[in-house]
Amino acid sequence: MPDPHSSAPRRTPLAEVHESLGAVMTDFAGWLMPLRYGSETREHIAVRSAAGLFDLSHMGELFVTGPDAAAALDYALVGEASVIKPGRARYSMICTVDGGIVDDLIVYRLADDDFLIVANAANATTVAAELAERTAGFDASIADRTHEYALIAIQGPRAAAILAGLTDADLDPLRYYASIRATVAGRDVLLARTGYTGEDGFELFTAPAHAPELWQALAAAGQEAGLVPAGLAARDSLRLEAGMPLYGNELSRDVSPYDAGLGRVVKLDKAGGFVGRDALAKRAQQASRRLLVGLVSQTRRVPRHGYPVLCDGEPCGSVTSGGPSPTLGKPIAMAYIDAAAAQPADADPPPGENAPGDDAAAQQLAVDVRGTAEPVILVPLPFYRRSDTN
Amino acid sequence: MSVPEELYYTAEHEWILITDSTARIGITDYAQRALGDVVYVSMPTLGSRVTAGDPCGEVESTKSVSDIFCPADGEVAEVNPEIDDDPGLVNSDPYGAGWLFKITLDSADQVPPGLLTAAEYQALTQEEE
Repeated sequence: MPDPHSSAPRRTPLAEVHESLGAVMTDFAGWLMPLRYGSETREHIAVRSAAGLFDLSHMGELFVTGPDAAAALDYALVGEASVIKPGRARYSMICTVDGGIVDDLIVYRLADDDFLIVANAANATTVAAELAERTAGFDASIADRTHEYALIAIQGPRAAAILAGLTDADLDPLRYYASIRATVAGRDVLLARTGYTGEDGFELFTAPAHAPELWQALAAAGQEAGLVPAGLAARDSLRLEAGMPLYGNELSRDVSPYDAGLGRVVKLDKAGGFVGRDALAKRAQQASRRLLVGLVSQTRRVPRHGYPVLCDGEPCGSVTSGGPSPTLGKPIAMAYIDAAAAQPADADPPPGENAPGDDAAAQQLAVDVRGTAEPVILVPLPFYRRSDTN
Repeated sequence: MSVPEELYYTAEHEWILITDSTARIGITDYAQRALGDVVYVSMPTLGSRVTAGDPCGEVESTKSVSDIFCPADGEVAEVNPEIDDDPGLVNSDPYGAGWLFKITLDSADQVPPGLLTAAEYQALTQEEE
């Protein structure tokens, strides 16, 4: 139903469900979203140890269809859409002519001539407009169908077992970054094994009208297994531990995929040109002046977005995301720092070691936390990697 | 949301319980709910002077950090020793086990100026909702 107050945030099809659960709601990218239902730390831990249920209906669903859809996306994005097999998905980016990141995306190839692009909520309109412009010369059409979809994620080590009880689909052969059409709790969904938490999990694209029932069915099926609803606060701390970038924090138009340590998503040698190729080819040849790194705080004060990073007392970078890590029990952060300063104290720690700062670092790294230099150590990303990789 | 009658409040969401010449200070239920999980509290130093309206500590939560504004003039007499190990007490029991520190009041014979009654504070938080 259209909202009479155009400035009011958009409500997802699950807004009433969140409100009935007592969620603290927040305006995120123009949408009214659940920040947390109770303790966000408990929600985070539930996703690491059991499972969590997320409403991601704010994400943008853009469809690119037609005989030239693959070629059009090869031109519009930095990745190679044409090599994705139907039923598989890839992480990709759309960049400016200068190589700056417009958005990071998941590209699902649903059929030879049918792609679903999932864009960040704040960027969906921009990405849709960019795609329309860039694909104009191709026999392909672009449609922003965000309002036609609700998106529910179930994430965590018990997600597959919970979901298996509600669907006829065989989940075992469904690989990470793959999708199938399936029936879950009697409702048609596009079921994808993707996520943003560092855990195994699934994302279910469904009709808005079916979202509340689907949510309730998943919540009920998972109750005994420890499934809890999880809000955006937990989603952010989970992705931070998993070392996953967030647009607006680690990624922006001022940053290239190489700066972000994600040069692998750029396919410079794909056939035909693509938007941003020349600038990115140049960037690929240069050593990055700044690098995205992981920092672990040595005190309990929390480095946060925008705080300066200090090397031997001199500014050498800036925190992009930071927060307490429930898994590590310490504050963690991602930051861009000058390449010269970006040598981890122990670049290659043995698996399972969680004290990579034991070797004396050549220089003292700190974060300026509101006027006080709080010592941090440099660690390889991610901060957390699940042991049972699918 | 709980707003106990016997306490006074600040517009910055601290509470103060005055007993003779000492006062116990914490943050309100409204504040802890707005902050989310508290992970660390930086307390004022024992014996230090605090001034009404000035920041005298900070509360770190998952998503933000907030100054603690001292509700009254005085000297820090005690800090809650439990908070360092279990900052979650601020969330679970903000008016009880989650108290932050005590001060010896400069003027013991009158309610410090500028504080809000429970009814006034309740009205303030309803405006902010």
